[in-house]
Amino acid sequence: MRHIIAVLLENEAGALSRVAGLFSARGYNIESLTVAPTDDPTLSRMTLVTTGNDEIVEQIKKQLNKLIDTVKLLDLSEGPHIEREMMMVKVRAERDDREELKRLADIFRAKIIDVTDTSYVVELTGASKKLDAFIDAVPEGLIIEVVRSGPTGIARGEKGLSL
Amino acid sequence: MALTEAQPEEARVTTTQLSGAEIVIQALIDEGVEYVFGYPGGAVLHIYDALFKRGSLKHILVRHEQAAAHAADGYARATGKCGVCLVTSGPGATNAVTGIATAYMDSVPMVILTGQVPTPVIGSDAFQEVDTVGITRPCVKHNFLVKDVKDLAITIRKAFYIATTGRPGPVVVDIPKDVTDPGIKVPYSYPREIKMRSYSPVEKGHHGQIKRAVDLMLEAKRPVFYTGGGVVLGEGSAQLTELVRATGFPITSTLMGLGAYPMTDPQFLGMLGMHGTYEANMAMHETDVLIAVGARFDDRVTGKIEHFCPHARIVHVDVDPSSIAKNVKVDIPIVGQVASVLADMLRLYQERKPKSSEPPVADWWAKIDQWRGLDCLKYDGSGSAIKPQFAVETLYKVTNGELYLASDVGQHQMFAAQFYPFDKPRRWINSGGLGTMGYGLPAAIGAQLAYPDAQVACITGDASILMCIQELATCQQYQLPIKVLLLNNGYMGMVRQWQELFYESRYSHSYVDALPDFVKLSESFGHVGMRIERPADLEDAMREAFAMKDRFVFMDVIVDPTENVYPMIAAGKGHHEMHLSPSLTDRELA
Repeated sequence: MRHIIAVLLENEAGALSRVAGLFSARGYNIESLTVAPTDDPTLSRMTLVTTGNDEIVEQIKKQLNKLIDTVKLLDLSEGPHIEREMMMVKVRAERDDREELKRLADIFRAKIIDVTDTSYVVELTGASKKLDAFIDAVPEGLIIEVVRSGPTGIARGEKGLSL
Repeated sequence: MALTEAQPEEARVTTTQLSGAEIVIQALIDEGVEYVFGYPGGAVLHIYDALFKRGSLKHILVRHEQAAAHAADGYARATGKCGVCLVTSGPGATNAVTGIATAYMDSVPMVILTGQVPTPVIGSDAFQEVDTVGITRPCVKHNFLVKDVKDLAITIRKAFYIATTGRPGPVVVDIPKDVTDPGIKVPYSYPREIKMRSYSPVEKGHHGQIKRAVDLMLEAKRPVFYTGGGVVLGEGSAQLTELVRATGFPITSTLMGLGAYPMTDPQFLGMLGMHGTYEANMAMHETDVLIAVGARFDDRVTGKIEHFCPHARIVHVDVDPSSIAKNVKVDIPIVGQVASVLADMLRLYQERKPKSSEPPVADWWAKIDQWRGLDCLKYDGSGSAIKPQFAVETLYKVTNGELYLASDVGQHQMFAAQFYPFDKPRRWINSGGLGTMGYGLPAAIGAQLAYPDAQVACITGDASILMCIQELATCQQYQLPIKVLLLNNGYMGMVRQWQELFYESRYSHSYVDALPDFVKLSESFGHVGMRIERPADLEDAMREAFAMKDRFVFMDVIVDPTENVYPMIAAGKGHHEMHLSPSLTDRELA
């Protein structure tokens, strides 16, 4: 099963490599990992997406918690939560395709943020599945480049993951 | 710095100005460190100079950094205190890695101070530069790179705190040379108390869970205690002994836990696992309630997981939540310090124990006694060669079971675990998790320094001993009266055994050709060397060796080259699928 896990880490050099090293050393799956400092500059927040059966995910959470740099951890998948991922797609946009791609961007509520005679860069934010759907919808052969941030997430309701 | 530092009133109030190098030495003194095991080099020269000037901190000069880590580790295992070593950058650090990984696998509290190239040249492939923090990351509990001398004292304090609390482990502090610059002085204060928001090890176990565990124990028909190194590390030996005696249940131990419960006690079934006793492994296979304490269900213990304790409900007590349900699902997990949890268990058990004069679980004991009747460790000692088992039995007899016994890795290690019953914790010092050949001699150095008046020995094999043989010089320099018992069979015995059993006796590179004359070798280092070849000479020779109270004696005991360790569970088999000694039954049990 897919799990999205949020981790508050000490914003120390090497904290990220401890997490990455843990996943590779123990052979856990890692689909994506994003990290950035928070409003508290001593803390980083990491969101990682992993898959595994219940035992493996339980062990992943225990191992993450065991890292000395880990301050707090929340498995967002355990409750209602919101996930967002940002994507930029560079597409070949010539002749009739220009209008088609513009319409597609509108349908997905995406923005075209760079335009040349032959290309667009489309920015799209949403759940990862929506991003997948957009890629599928772009006519074949037009995609030049895709860059995705990996999902981040936050729990619904007033409870927050903070100190 | 993202930590709450000590309250001002608790901190040592001082205005002393110290250099980074002086801070390292002063912090170790303030930490109460007795010995530093180390080897100097370019990046730590400032620290060694401060050590020289200060004079009061005892430094033990090893002959290889691997031995510095092993000696600090042996010291830590023998005492329960934190081991400390100091090595230089680059090869100093990489040489120490095997020792660090050894300590990590067995959860030994250690602080390893490594020199590093100066901060301005980090990352430039400078002379003797290596990414120590990167290289050691997977085999430490935590590590630090100190980039500012102002962080040095607090980082060293944190390192000791992390190494010695919770599930202990090695912590590396990497110190660039410019951080120890004698020309740059900063105010020094060493915090006594420390709190870290990201690290707070548990103490007491959950009361409700402990109660459930006791309920299970009270209804058990075929209970077994299965205990590990965590009981030794967590100083839970007294509590364990009391609880086991109060329940009357049988107990078995992992290699790492030997001595936590007196091994000569009738309730003790011997070690379990790959080379465990028949009765211990059969009891594991048949048990209905397994009480695992400070053990981690290692593959050498469980055998094939699918066949592990098929009838049991399992209680697991451990200080490390990630140890619980890692390899084997458990029914009642209890996270807490083993000593505290065992004491709580005992109290509850005593309150609720039925008032009956019946001996507890008598039917179960009857079955166990049948298994015991097989006498699975019996060996054929009739030949003219010295059997390794006989050598260990003689060692036990000569030393009254009171040794601090450091071991290398291989057959001799298993024979020691089977034939030298320890009645006290911290007497059995061996590399269980990593299985590091070369561990024994330096570990014995650490133990002997910790207890100068105690009898310390190293049991080893002809392959293992050569992996850290240079430490004979260290033993000479510090006049350490260690006794080495070399069970010399001219083979890498355990490798040979596996090749015999699983590779149709193709002895690929397991023959140790061109062995040195160990007597002359020892003598060349200034020690006493003895060669013993006949069973009849063994006891007298050992008595003679141990009578030399102030000398290092190397006993080269020539043993039967083809003796194997039995019982044995082949990798991937269950506890009930042991091979027994051919001299015993010549059959495989199913």
